[in-house]
Amino acid sequence: MAQRDPEALQAKGKREMKPTAEQTKPGPTFNPAVDIFETDREITLLADMPGVKAKDLNIDLHENVLTLTGEVEPPERTEEVDVLREYQIGTYYRQFTLSEVIDQSKIDAELKDGALRLTMPKVEAAAPRKITVKTR
Amino acid sequence: MTVRRISDWPTWSWRSPFRELERMRKEMDRLFEDLTEGIFREPRAGVYPLVNVTEGSDDYYVRAELPGIKAEDLDISVTGNSISIAGERKIPAEDEKAKYHRREREAGKFSRIISLPAQVDTARVEASCVDGILTVVLPKSEAAKPKQIAVKTM
Repeated sequence: MAQRDPEALQAKGKREMKPTAEQTKPGPTFNPAVDIFETDREITLLADMPGVKAKDLNIDLHENVLTLTGEVEPPERTEEVDVLREYQIGTYYRQFTLSEVIDQSKIDAELKDGALRLTMPKVEAAAPRKITVKTR
Repeated sequence: MTVRRISDWPTWSWRSPFRELERMRKEMDRLFEDLTEGIFREPRAGVYPLVNVTEGSDDYYVRAELPGIKAEDLDISVTGNSISIAGERKIPAEDEKAKYHRREREAGKFSRIISLPAQVDTARVEASCVDGILTVVLPKSEAAKPKQIAVKTM
């Protein structure tokens, strides 16, 4: 047997998930693999979503819950017959709760070669505001 | 050997409990096959990328999910009836002050050889990489194409 490079990539099947709500479209749903890192200024999320076109990617941030949804159109044409199938195609879906307050207007998303890069700048620390209590 | 009979189980005859087990096993296999669409195979350990191979009337199609891999980092070669996909997935280093919360994406080198069911015309093979999906179109060689045979009547 040939020696295997210890640094070689190993395929891991996509992580299939059970959606909490029933899907309108049939087919499996997968959790995309992500990297998330944070600096003082922003939170960056990288997600692998091969096969998703920019128009089919939906990013939603609502009440600190970030939802990523990516629809994939099967690339096969109808006349093609399966010979070998090692991976399945389905919708990508993943949700995160963000603890930091994000400046929604400055979120930047870039989808390139099936990998998403989402940059979410944190809100500038709100200036302390003194509240005076009125007495009648 | 003792065979214990399960009460309230009318289909089991105490004489042949194993036949029933066999039937159940077959039923499970059939169910499992339906669920996985028959052709779907669990990926074997140690291979990357996972591929789907399909066949049209004139071509074979090999597709692989390679997110974040640039075309120049891919090396594809075809010989007769096999295709080799090699390359490297690079994940550029980020700001060193960045604090990682999750790190699920992996980088590294890969290479894989997939054998095809028939000979292909190596000169006309085309590959493209769009949205992280690699598609290789391999036209079948003339000898491997199906031919319509007219049945003569005497």
